[in-house]
Amino acid sequence: MAPDINPLVLLFASIFTSNILLANFLGMCSFISISKDMDSANGLGMSVTAVLTITTAINWVVYRFILIPFDLLYLRFIVFIIIIAATVQVLEMVIDRFSPALYMALGIFLPLITVNCAILGVALFMEIRGYSFIQSLVFALGSGLGWWLAIVSLAAIQKKVLKAPVPEGLKGAGITLITIGFMAMAFIGFSGMLIVQ
Amino acid sequence: MNKYKGIFRENLWDNNPVFVQILGICSTLAVTNSLTNTFIMTVSVVFVAGLTNFTVSSIKHLIPGKVRMIIQTLIISFFVIIVDLLLRAYLPAISKSLGPYVGLIITNCIIMGRAEAFAQSNKPLISLWDGITTGIGYMWVLMAIAFIRELFGFGSLFGIQIMPEGFQTWTIMIMAPSAFFILGVVIWIINNIKLSKESSK
Repeated sequence: MAPDINPLVLLFASIFTSNILLANFLGMCSFISISKDMDSANGLGMSVTAVLTITTAINWVVYRFILIPFDLLYLRFIVFIIIIAATVQVLEMVIDRFSPALYMALGIFLPLITVNCAILGVALFMEIRGYSFIQSLVFALGSGLGWWLAIVSLAAIQKKVLKAPVPEGLKGAGITLITIGFMAMAFIGFSGMLIVQ
Repeated sequence: MNKYKGIFRENLWDNNPVFVQILGICSTLAVTNSLTNTFIMTVSVVFVAGLTNFTVSSIKHLIPGKVRMIIQTLIISFFVIIVDLLLRAYLPAISKSLGPYVGLIITNCIIMGRAEAFAQSNKPLISLWDGITTGIGYMWVLMAIAFIRELFGFGSLFGIQIMPEGFQTWTIMIMAPSAFFILGVVIWIINNIKLSKESSK
């Protein structure tokens, strides 16, 4: 059933060579709008990593033990998105209760995560590739860390870009996308070391 | 009728979801290395965006404000499931090569954005039109990107060989970075057109 991939390999592959953002284009919307500021980038990266790991674990269990036995595969989009939305909601309440400081710091980022395509994307990838529980968990963690790494790097680069003499028409989204393109090339440089499909 | 024309123009150019609002580019950048896949993906987005807007607008009085986001998500998922089942039944090869990206239409911010910004406060028919034109605004930009990527990356268009024999294909075009570069350059060109229009006014 599950492909024969060492979880450690999967972890590194999902952080670098098949980075969820730079190779699979997931989670771009919040990535482009948030990446201007280091603190927010960090907060969002952390939240995405946490939510991704938790929801993927829940989604795997639901998928394996409810959707497959009851032959409800066609409902998986709805089920996955509801689980993601519910987890984010619960997480928001828990963080608010136990660490108001963190809650304030994360602010609007938590609810935004529900519509972050990376979360649903990882759930759908693990389903299509038939990962085992451990593999899914590691894949989700790695994807989260990879996304975090990418957004923090971009925020750092953007600081320099702001001071650079960019042509008028290229300012804003244009230069950001081209910067991301270069980052993607750098990350693709890791491929050949590991290939996971 | 003028109102419909205004929305059409707004969504295709002035307020284009891709190069003005930079929304919903996630899932579809991944499929723009092939025109066929891009076409199917964007047609699905037009379908889902239009019908979601229509549905949200039709039942907006029945939805309590607090839970409207989740209801909108459910409506979107419903139409995406229809698209997914249709593709599986009639175009299994394309459905397979699109992989998880069809499901990811659910989290395409454009659709939720239009439902929230337009359908909530407008009549069903005009909302349907708004959804469809937003989808078309999205479609033409992505088709343009896919055109460049497939032409240079594979030397073909819609899978038909166009470039002469012996054309050296540009591998970078089918890899991820080129999608970012091309979209960046497209935004640059369009901003320049807009800037020169403004300065000539």
